[in-house]
Parts: sequence; C-alpha cells; structure tokens
Amino acid sequence: MKTTGKVTGIVSNLVTVEANGPVSQNEICFITVGDTKLMAEVIKVNGKNAAVQVFESTRGLKNGDVVEFEDRMLEATLGPGLLSSSYDGLQNDLTTMTGVFLKKGEYTDPLNHEKLWDFTPIAKPGDKVVAADWLGEVKEGWLPHKIMVPFAFKGEYTVKSVVEAGQYNIDKVVAVLTNAEGEDVNVTMWQKWPVKVAVKGYKDKPRPSKIMETGVRAIDTLNPIAEGGTGFIPGPFGCGKTVLQHAIAKQGDADVIVMAACGERANEVVEIFAEFPELIDPHTGRHLMERTTIICNTSNMPVAAREASVYTAMTICEYYRAMGMKVLLLADSTSRWAQALREMSNRMEELPGADAFPVDLSAIISNFYARAGMVILNNGQTGAVTFIGTVSPAGGNLKEPVTESTKKAARCFYALEQNRADQKRYPAVNPIDSYSKYLEYPEIREYLNETIMPGWVEMVERAKNIVRKGKEANDQINILGDDGVPMSYHEVFWKSELLDFVILQQDAFDDIDALCPLERQKYMLDLVMGICERDFTFEDFEECRNFFKELINALRQMNYSEFKSERFYEYQEKLNNLLSNGK
Amino acid sequence: MANKAFQKTYTQLEAITKATVSLKATGVSNDELALVDGRLAQVVKTKGELVTLQIFSGTEGIPTNAEVVFLGGAPTLNVSDELAGRFFNAYGEPIDGGPAVEGQTVEIGGPSVNPYKRKQPSQIIPTGIAGIDLNNTLVSGQKIPFFADPDQPYNNVMAQVALRADVDKIILGGMGLTNDDYLYFKHEFEAAGALDKIISFVNTTEQPPVERLLIPDMALSAAEYFAVEKNEKVLVLLTDMTLYADALSIVSNRMDQIPSKDSMPGSLYSDLAKIYEKAVQFPAGGSITIIAVTTLSGGDITHAVPDNTGYITEGQLFLRRDSDIGKVVVDPFRSLSRLKQLVAGKKTRKDHPQVMNAAVRLYADAANAKTKMENGFDLTDYDERTLDFAKDYSNQLLAIDVNLNTTEMLDVTWGLFGKYFQPEEVNIKRELVEQYWPKEN
Repeated sequence: MKTTGKVTGIVSNLVTVEANGPVSQNEICFITVGDTKLMAEVIKVNGKNAAVQVFESTRGLKNGDVVEFEDRMLEATLGPGLLSSSYDGLQNDLTTMTGVFLKKGEYTDPLNHEKLWDFTPIAKPGDKVVAADWLGEVKEGWLPHKIMVPFAFKGEYTVKSVVEAGQYNIDKVVAVLTNAEGEDVNVTMWQKWPVKVAVKGYKDKPRPSKIMETGVRAIDTLNPIAEGGTGFIPGPFGCGKTVLQHAIAKQGDADVIVMAACGERANEVVEIFAEFPELIDPHTGRHLMERTTIICNTSNMPVAAREASVYTAMTICEYYRAMGMKVLLLADSTSRWAQALREMSNRMEELPGADAFPVDLSAIISNFYARAGMVILNNGQTGAVTFIGTVSPAGGNLKEPVTESTKKAARCFYALEQNRADQKRYPAVNPIDSYSKYLEYPEIREYLNETIMPGWVEMVERAKNIVRKGKEANDQINILGDDGVPMSYHEVFWKSELLDFVILQQDAFDDIDALCPLERQKYMLDLVMGICERDFTFEDFEECRNFFKELINALRQMNYSEFKSERFYEYQEKLNNLLSNGK
Repeated sequence: MANKAFQKTYTQLEAITKATVSLKATGVSNDELALVDGRLAQVVKTKGELVTLQIFSGTEGIPTNAEVVFLGGAPTLNVSDELAGRFFNAYGEPIDGGPAVEGQTVEIGGPSVNPYKRKQPSQIIPTGIAGIDLNNTLVSGQKIPFFADPDQPYNNVMAQVALRADVDKIILGGMGLTNDDYLYFKHEFEAAGALDKIISFVNTTEQPPVERLLIPDMALSAAEYFAVEKNEKVLVLLTDMTLYADALSIVSNRMDQIPSKDSMPGSLYSDLAKIYEKAVQFPAGGSITIIAVTTLSGGDITHAVPDNTGYITEGQLFLRRDSDIGKVVVDPFRSLSRLKQLVAGKKTRKDHPQVMNAAVRLYADAANAKTKMENGFDLTDYDERTLDFAKDYSNQLLAIDVNLNTTEMLDVTWGLFGKYFQPEEVNIKRELVEQYWPKEN
C-alpha cells in the first residue's frame, strides 16, 4: 500500500507533510490541490514529518491537503525520441503542452509512444547480457540509437528472444531476457532511471586522451578541453558566457548535445529554438537540432525543478554515452542551481555555510562533475560525456563559494573578464588566468602533437608566454610611460596584441570567423607565431605600433575571409609585403 | 474587499512583528489574502495551526485582539479596456477620483509563459537616443534596467524613452516614488497628450514600503491583459526596483530568514526573475517590454540587487555624468543590450554592428589615453586623435539629449571616423569601409 500524508506547514515551496507510513529520501509525492496534483520531492525526514520541495507554485495549497507518496525517486524517461526534444527540468515535453502559459500540475510524456522506429536486432538468443548491453538499434535521425538492457537490471541475463527487424513503437517488447532464477523479463524500447544516481554499466573510466574540437580559438588553441573532460566558464554578467556556450553548442565536435538552460533567461532559450533548426552541424552537414536536446528551466520557472534540470540533463547524456557516443553537456548556469539549493536550505533553517549556501555545496558540485568522463563500455567501445558549465559569480567576484567549489571539480577554467568585455575583446576569455589541466597530461600532449603538428603544444606554450610578457610590458609602459621603457617592451607588447586580436578574439556573429576548425587554427597560429618569433628593429614606438596595427588589420581580414580562398591569400600577400618591407 | 458575513473571524493574534502577525487559524491557503484590523495582509507561512501573515501597510497600532478575516484567494485585479488612462494604488484601487474598474478579475502574479511558445523578439524600439539605439538597441519583448545613481535623471530619461517609443500602452509601476516624481510623470504624460494609453500603479514614499511588493505584479497583470487579449505592444516601466528589493528584505528579515549577500533574501534572484521574465513576445503579436530602474549606491554594481538584476535582464543601461562635456551620457562600456544583435544590421543598416563596435573600441583607446595623460605621460598623435574623437562622440552621440534616427547616427559616426582616423585604424570589414568611409570633397 502506498504511503499517504497530510500537509501540515507551508513556507513558499517548502511543504511539511505528516506521513502515515514509510517515506524515503528523495521520494516523489503528489499533493492534491483542488483538481490538480503538484509533484514534490522529499528532501528531509524527521519522525513522521517529511519536508518536501514542491516543483510548482504552492499558491492555494492548504494545511490538510492530501499527499500521496510514489515509492520512487525523480526519474528520467530514456528511449528513442529524446533528441530534438525540448523539456522542462522535470522532463515534461514543452512542445505538447497546451496554451501559451504553463499550467500548474500539467505533466506531459517525454516520449512519443505512437511513433514507429526502424528496429534492427543486435543481440541473439542465448547471448549473456548485463545492464547497458546492446540488444538492438533504431535510427534516431542519423544516429544509431541503441536499445539496451535497462540500467536498473542487476546481474546477468540470458537473451531468450529478440524481435526481428521491423517498425515498432517504443512500447513494443523487443526482447525477452531470462534472469539467473529462470524468470523471464520483457524489455521495451524505453526505460526509467533516477536522475540523481549516476548511470554505471561500463567497464572502465580511463583518463581522457583526445581533445574535443569546439571551433573557438581561445579554447582549442590555448586551453583545449578533452573529450570526456570537464570545464567551466565563470564570468560577470555581460561578459559573453551565453554567447560562448552557444558558439560551442553550434560547433562542438560531438554526436549529441544536451543544453541545460538552468535558471536563465527565457529569451536565450527562444534563441536556440529559433536558430538551431536552421543551423547546420559543420561536422556532419545535418541540422543541429537533430543532435540536440534542450532542457529548459528558465529563471521564472519553479526553483526546485531548476535543481532537477541539471540532473535530468546529465542522465540523458549518460544514456547516450552508454551507446558509445560522444556527448556534450552544456549547463547555463550552475550558479542558479546552487542558488536553488540555497533557497531550500534556507527555508529548512539549516545552518548556512559561506554566503548562506548549504555547507555541502562543494561536495554536491564535485559529485555532479564526476559524472562526466570517457568510458570503455562492456563491448570495448568508448563513449564520452564532456561537461561545460557556466558560473555566474555574485558581483563578478571569483572568490565566491560556487566558483571556488567548481574550480576544485572542473579541469578547465575559462575565466571571462569584465575588462576585456568592456573593450569588446570577445570572447572575453582571460588568456593568462584561464587554464586547461589536460595540457599537462602526457597522452593529450602526444595526441595534439601527432594530430595537429609536431611541436604544437610547445608552440602554444610559447604563445601564452608572449601574452604574459606582453601584459607585463604593458604594465611597465603604463607606469613608466611610452618613452620610459626600452623599445623591446613595445615590441613584446604589440606581439601580444597581435596574438590577442588575431588568435584570441573571434567574432561569434560573423559567419566565417565564428567557426574556426582546428586545421585553420593551426594555420593561423603558425603564421602569427612566425611573426612573433622574429626580431624587429623600430625607430620609435609609434613606428612599432603602426606596423603592428597594419599586421593586425591584414590578419583580421584573413579571419573574416573564407579559409584559403582567393581573398584570404590576397590578405596574406598584403601581410607578406608588410613583413618584407618592415624591419 | 469587504468583510463577508459567512466568513469566520479570528480575534487572537499570537505574535506581532513590524511587518507580520501570526495567529492560529484553519483552512487557510498559501498566498491567501486577509484583512487584519481592516488592513490588507497575505499568508506567507503556515506551520501546523499557526499562520503568518505579511501586512502590507505595516503593523503599527495593531492590537493582539485585532479582527482577522480571510478573503479566500490571492490578490486580484479587474482588467478591461477601462484601465487605460487611470491611476491606481498598490491594491489596484483608483487614486484619480474615478470609479472602480469593471472587468474580468484575474489573480496577479499568474503563471509563466511556456518558453517553447514564446516568439523571438525582432522589433526595434527606437528612442532617438544614440547611446541606446546605436550602441544598445532595444527590442520589443526585452527587459532592461537603467543602472543609475540616485542623483541621476533616470526618471526623466525613462519618461522620455517611453513617450518616444512606438507602443500601444505604457504601464507605469512606481515603487517608492517621491510625490514630486509621481507628479512629474503625471505631468509629462498629460503634456504629451498620451494619457489615454497610460496606466499607472503607484506607491509613493509616503506609503508603507511593503505595499510596493504588489506593484510589479499589478502592472504586469494589466500588461498581460493588453498584450494577450488585445495583441498590443505594451511597455512597462518599473521604478525603482532597488526599493522593491528593500521591501523584500524587510519581510524576509521579519520572518527570521537567513540573509544572503547584502542582507537580501536568498531567493532574491528568483523573486526578481519572476517579475522581469514577464517580458515576452507573444506568438499572436502582442508583447511586453520592461524598462526598469535599479538605483545604485555610488555606482557599485556588485551589490546584490544590481548584480542579480544584471544576470536576469537582457542588458543594462548605465547612466554616467561625462565631465568632459558636462552632460549625462549612456556609458558605452558598462551598458549592454543583449538582444541588439537580433535587430542591429538586420532591421537597421548593415554596417551597424561593426560601426558600433569600432566606435566603442576607439572610445576605449581614448580612455587609455586619458589615463596616460592623467599620469603625466606624453601623448602620441594617435592618443590625441582618440581624445578628440571621444569628445565629439560623447557630445554628438552618447549624450541623452540626442534625438536622431539610427541611419543618421551611423552617418555621424562614419563622419567622426573620417575626421580623426585612417581606415586601417578602425578595423572594419573592407566592403563596409569602401561603401561608407566619408569621401573627401
């Protein structure tokens, strides 16, 4: 029999319920208000009283209202049809909801149960299988979507039968498995999994050894992120966090992209809805939307569902990883998720940690980041979840709890800087503070030098050094004046400006410059470093500045021209002339 | 909101703070309104039988035996075309001497729009001010605040923007307006002959601060009526959101909640987002655009109110007094309109984005040159030119007294480029330079 209960207290969306039976932590329950049922999650139990966070507005809720417990945690529904869907934080399909306004208590099915899929069997009767092993495959768009032994199945099973190739809906029993006790269990094309539990079902989780191309020079060239790696982008508002994330989503070299808009602006999500169906994935030539799932819990949607949204998104990523795919998860912004935790902790009157955040914030964040990674599946194939989160530090101060906790968990750090944004130097990634720990991995260094060019990593390090020296020189120039420093200071400063304007800066709104494939990044860095590593002699600093300004202009025009087009070479010719006439 | 005969009356208060009272009551729903000693109050917490009510007008003089009557629902507003041209207080009651508004009764602070059903904003709202139209173009369905110190003329600029903007309705939500400012708005609207398209909800400094909490929801419920039912373009002006946030902190403080940054409630982000996210472009053509004011103390945008606002809104307009020209300008560095790329170069001339960025970059070079000068260093010829450019740019474009259309603004900027710089110094795509660089006559 299901446990039921009655509402005994309400503060905003935190409701206390007196239960008449067993209740488990994170269990889902429904509160009946008039003719609607509001979903809620148990977040604390004390004696008979359960504190639940309601995923909806609690307006109109009364003490005494009836609560039914569901004996399950918050689950994601996993199956073909997830891609190109748009969900809220609880995985309700936003597209099938009625009306312009969100209705309280309206829950929609994440998957279409009527649609037919072309199924091809993979497993054969007699095969021994465990959770996450592949039984068959359907074509989801152009991706081979594997139908797997549900993650929740424990132990080894024997395949009794698999249906033959054909068109089925997701409710079709496509396989029958026999467990160790000799009982038969049916497997359909969809399964459920509790979002707060990491999906296992793989053999090994090795260190990442490849990089994931994003098309953004400030990332790929200077601080690349590994396939299966983690990174985060902190930055004050107005520094271009979202623009940078969208740029990565448009160009990232991944099979599947899940975007979690977590507590951010609705119009930003509308931008994705409006643009993505039009855009083409540069790697496959297919529509971007075909490989994208959007989880959208905007800032005005209920706070508790905001917390759920990042977990729902991660679970979907892990599901596709188990099919051997490269998945990229972008979450904007993880600070809003942390704030959702803070609001609840606050209402429960827990003793607060720094800035009133819950004391276990750091642990929660690092557990979440740990769910990303590259894995070796049971069948030897690999899959990866790469995770990039943004952080919105309060007051732009990177010493706040969310940034600090994330810094401990993520391996790449892309610091967006107000100062650069003010100067419209976009993307405003600070070249000196940002880092990629992956550049320290010998296997990644080897990979880069092999796939891009010999000596690449060393060249990137020299480039970073020039940027660093340029900054020091600039500081000296600002203190001592243009005439107060040797010419070499001006030269190194302008070399760093050359790297800044040509390599670091990238116009996300220019059709050509927005996407810079690795091949092109290599060409440009090689070219620019060729200039930076030459010695020049100038009469005075004005000559130096004018010379470099002309170089920058020619190189930027190259960035705006189609790679290796006539126009591109025209500017390169101009550049060569400048260089041969120069000192 | 009269006392109805069949309602149960309670007469025993258990606790009184400056903003809240608690009593034992049953059958009470969350967010429900009540009358406590004749004053309007709202349920904010229940714990067993104990109900806590927030009293909008404050608890001064409330006795422990005050009469409490629950009204059975959340705050409402009657919406119809009759709203147009009227002035209301925070409870939606007329303050202009006119009759009560008849119409459909709606609960304020209603549900959010399904993000999937929104339309992408795409219509420019021209204001004639180049600091806005050129550098930070406004788009219908956008939400954007002015960040300004209290001594800056933000209300005047806002009134000017509202009256120049091409919209069907203007709804003013005044929170903690001084009586003088309230009369200023009233006068400006009357003088422009625009009263029939303006609706005002006003809480002045003379009225209790907690009442302000109702103003944005009232204004936005009226806005939703015109935008949804009538498919109109509605502009909502909210001034001053910092005072709104102050009222939030008063209530949360009285409820013993643990404050987070700057003694603001931990839910400040969500509370503000709920208001600002009402800005929307509806699929049927109606839209709600929100222009707000967030006052700063000493230009500090790291304070919790402007900081959270900045993360919610689609940009911000930063007013600053430019001592070089002695005028208030829209600061090009700190200001931002996140939706400008939806219209800049698309609904305006194609050179708009590049010209805008180039001018701001040169203005930044001028700022560096100025620092150099102040530190007593020699200026180069380029520095001198950027300084001269910056002065003209400030005067002819950034100042808030400018009134031009966007094409004129672009022409003026090209004129300044040609006057002070060589084409390779401005870093603009060659095609555009060829087309627009001023020809020497």
